Amino acid sequence: MKLFDVIIIGGGVTGAAMARELSRYKLKIALLEKEVELAFGISKSNSGIIHPGTQNPSLSLKGRLCAQGNQLMRGLAQELGVDFKEVGELIVIFQEEEKARLRSIAQEAEALGVPGLQMVDRPWLRQHEPNLSPDIVAALYAPTAGIISPYRLVYDLAENAMKNGVEIYTAHKVTGIIRPADYFEIQSTGGIFRSRYLINAAGLWGDEIANLVGIQDIVIKPRKGEEYLLDKKLENLTNHLVFPLPTPTSKGIIVIKTSDGNPMIGPTAQDGEDKEDLATTDQGLNQVLASAQKLVPAINRDDIIAYFAGLRAVAGDDFIIRHENQCPGLINVVGIQSPGLTCAPAIALMVIEILRQHGLSLQKKRRFYKNRKPFTHLFALPLGKANKVIQKNAAYGDIVCRCEMISAQEIREAIKRGATTLDGIKFRTRAQAGRCHGGFCTTRIMKIMAEELNLPCSEITKRGPGSEIIKASRENEANDIT
Amino acid sequence: MISRDLVIVGGGPAGLAAALAAYENGVKDILLLERDQYLGGILNQCIHPGFGLQYFKAELTGPQYAERFIQKINHIKEIEVSLKSLVVHLTKEKALTYIKPGAMQTLTAKALIMGTGCRERTREMIQIPGTRPAGIFPAGLAQKLINIEGLLPGREVVIIGSGDIGLIMARRFTLEGAQVKAVIEIQKESRGLIRNVVQCLDDFNLPLYLRHKILKIHGKDRVEKVTVAEVDDKLQEIPGTRFELACDTVLISVGLIPENELIEMAGVAMDEKTNSPESSELSTTSIPGLWVCGNAYKIYDVVDGVTRDSAQAGKLAAEYLRNLP
Ligand SMILES: Cc1cc2nc3c(=O)[nH]c(=O)nc-3n(C[C@H](O)[C@H](O)[C@H](O)COP(=O)(O)OP(=O)(O)OC[C@H]3O[C@@H](n4cnc5c(N)ncnc54)[C@H](O)[C@@H]3O)c2cc1C
Repeated sequence: MKLFDVIIIGGGVTGAAMARELSRYKLKIALLEKEVELAFGISKSNSGIIHPGTQNPSLSLKGRLCAQGNQLMRGLAQELGVDFKEVGELIVIFQEEEKARLRSIAQEAEALGVPGLQMVDRPWLRQHEPNLSPDIVAALYAPTAGIISPYRLVYDLAENAMKNGVEIYTAHKVTGIIRPADYFEIQSTGGIFRSRYLINAAGLWGDEIANLVGIQDIVIKPRKGEEYLLDKKLENLTNHLVFPLPTPTSKGIIVIKTSDGNPMIGPTAQDGEDKEDLATTDQGLNQVLASAQKLVPAINRDDIIAYFAGLRAVAGDDFIIRHENQCPGLINVVGIQSPGLTCAPAIALMVIEILRQHGLSLQKKRRFYKNRKPFTHLFALPLGKANKVIQKNAAYGDIVCRCEMISAQEIREAIKRGATTLDGIKFRTRAQAGRCHGGFCTTRIMKIMAEELNLPCSEITKRGPGSEIIKASRENEANDIT
Repeated sequence: MISRDLVIVGGGPAGLAAALAAYENGVKDILLLERDQYLGGILNQCIHPGFGLQYFKAELTGPQYAERFIQKINHIKEIEVSLKSLVVHLTKEKALTYIKPGAMQTLTAKALIMGTGCRERTREMIQIPGTRPAGIFPAGLAQKLINIEGLLPGREVVIIGSGDIGLIMARRFTLEGAQVKAVIEIQKESRGLIRNVVQCLDDFNLPLYLRHKILKIHGKDRVEKVTVAEVDDKLQEIPGTRFELACDTVLISVGLIPENELIEMAGVAMDEKTNSPESSELSTTSIPGLWVCGNAYKIYDVVDGVTRDSAQAGKLAAEYLRNLP
C-alpha cells in the first residue's frame, strides 16, 4: 500500500489551502473529504469577507492569522485567478461616546499591523456612503478589507494542488484511525490509506476525528449564522462592508458586498447542538432585517432573493492549531470559526512550520505550477470581449442560464474541473443562482451533466446521494411513471 | 450598424401574435428572436386542454394552440426567426445585442416589441423558513420536467399556493401516480380559475387548505416534511393549529412576475410593484416605438387575451413604422 507523507482530512478552505501550500514540496499528499464535492461544509456558507484584522484581539491566534491571511490572500488570489476585491470596511457608531470603543479597536488592529486605519466623520460618510443611516455619527475605516467567492477559492486552491500532484478523494469519509507503527492507517468509506503525518481539518467534525485517536479535550459546538442575499439591482447599495460595533460573540449583523454582486445581510450568531441544522428561521430573518435596516434604512424585505444558514465550528474562543504529542504526527486544525476563510493561507504556513518542527523534511520541488488555467466567465466580460470568446468557441454563445448569462461551455468546463452535482455547478458558475433560482435552466443543466458524466438524469443530485432531483423517469423505468 | 424595421423579442404566444399582426398590417422586415430552441414559449409544456376557447372557439392543448401560429409564421418569408438567441443588452435608442451559438449580434430596431413573458415567484421571495434540500420546485419547472423531459420529480407532493400552474400540476402529479398531500393557500379563496379548482382538485378529491400557511420546510438532502398552520385575518398563525405533512416534494405556485429586466436596462419607466412598464395605453411604454405585450405587460389568466392584445401591439408597431419620416 502506498505510504503518503501527509494526509489532510477535510476539503474546506482550511484543508484546501494546506494542500496547495504543501504541494510546493516533494511530498506525497492526499486530501480526504466525506462529501461528494469539496467546499460543501462551512466553507460554502459564509460571508465571503477577507477581514483586515479589526475584529479580534491582537494577542489571539485568530487575530494574528487574520492580519497575515489578509495580506497573503492578495497574492494567492492573483496566482489562482480568484476574484478578490479590496472594498474596505466601516465599523459604524451611533453615539459620540462610542468613539472610545472605535479607538480601542483601532489600537488592537494597529498592534497587528493593519494598515491605513482612519476615523471618518459624518461628512465623509455622507459623501462616500450616501445610503447609510443619518443617525450614524462616525466610523472606523479599514481600507484593506476585501471580498472573495469562498467556494470558488476552495475549488481553485484544490485544482491547483492537484495540478501539483496532490491526490483528492471526495466521498471518502474517515471512519477510523489507528497507528500500528510510525504511520497512521486511516479507514474511510472509500478505502484504507496510510500516511506518516495526518492533519485534521474536518470543520464541525474535527472533534470526532480527534476522538478517533483518543483525544478527548476538543469539543466543537455549532454556532449558526443566517444570511440573506439581496437582488443584484442593489449592487451599489453600499460601497464598503458596513459593520456595527461587535459584541463579545459576534461581529454583529453586517451589510456585505459579495463578489457576485448581490449585497448580503447577516449573519446571526445562534449557539446550538445540531451540527446538521442548516434551517433558516423567522426569528433570524426578522433580526437580520431589523439590524441591517438600522445601518442602511433603504433595505426592504422584498429585496431578498435567496438565503442560507451556515454553522461556525466553535471550540472555545480561539482556533486550536497544534501538534498532538500524545499522538505523534497528528496535527489538529480545529475550531476554525470566523475569520477562518481569511486566515486559511496563514494557517497553511503555520501548519507547515509545525510539520517541519516535528520532523517532516520539506524540500521544494523544482517545478511548482503556481498559476491556474483561468475559467472564462462570460458575464464578467465586456460585450466586445464576450463576442470574441463566442466566435472562437460557439458553445459560449449557447446560453443555458439566462438570469446570470451562463453558457453551455461554462457548465461543461465546470464539470471537467470536478463538478458532479447541481450545487457544484452553481458554486462554480453561478448558473441557477439568479432571480429564477433554476426555474428555467435546471433541466438543461441536468441534460448536460447526464451527457458529460454519462449518467441517467435520475441519478443527478443537488449535492450528493439522497438529494436526487428526480424520483422516476420514463427513459429507464417505463412502467414506473405511467 | 444593421437596422431592422421591426424586432420582436420572444417567440411565445405574445411574440407570435404580434409578428403575424404586424406582417398582416404591412411590415415587411421582421426579426423574431427566441432564446429557446423552439417557438411557442411556455405553451409547449402546457399539454392540458383549455386553450383557445375564446380565440378559436375550440378546446386545444398548449402545443396545439401554438402550432396554429407557428405554421403560419413558418410560411412567411418576411418574418425571420432566430432561435437560441438571447437578448442581453438593450438601449433607449432600441439598439439591442443578442447572443446565439457562435455569434453575438448588435442591431437597431426602428420598432421593437417585447414579448419576454414572465417567471415564477420563488420560495425565496416569500421567505419560507427551513432547510434547502432537493425536492423544492417552482411549479412550472416541475411541469417542464414531467411534460417535456419525461421525468417525475416527486412522489408525495405538497403544493404551496393555489395559482393555476399549481392546480394544473396537482392533477398532473396525480395522473402520474404521485400523491398530492395538500394544496396550501394563505388567502380565503383559490387564486386560480374556478374551472381549474373543480377539474384539477375537486374531481380528484385533492385537499385544498384555504387560510393556511407553510411555516417551515424540513429535510437534509431531500424534503422530508412541512409544517403548516391555519392563519387569521391578518395572515398570522393561529396558535394551536400547527400540523405536519410528510412529503418528498414541495411545489411553489405563488404567482408570476413579468420579465422586464431588458426594458428596465433601456430606461423604460417601470411600475416597481408589478415589474411591468408604466403604461398609459395598452402595451405602450415611455419609449416611443417600444411596446411590451403578453405576460411581460401584465399577467393574463388565459392565452386568448394575450393573443388579442399582442396582435394589437403588432398593429400599433405597423402604424408607427408607416408614420416614420
Ligand atoms: C455564517 C458564517 C459566516 C462566516 N463569514 C466569514 C467571513 O466573512 N470571513 C471569514 O474569514 N470567515 C467567515 N466564516 C468562517 C469560515 O467560513 C470558516 O472558518 C471556514 O470556512 C472553515 O473552513 P474549514 O475548512 O475549517 O471547514 P469546512 O469548510 O467545514 O471543511 C471541513 C470539511 O471536512 C469534511 N469532513 C468532516 N468530517 C470528515 C470525515 N470524517 N472524513 C472526511 N471529511 C470530513 C467536511 O465535510 C468539510 O467539507 C464564517 C462562517 C459562518 C458559519
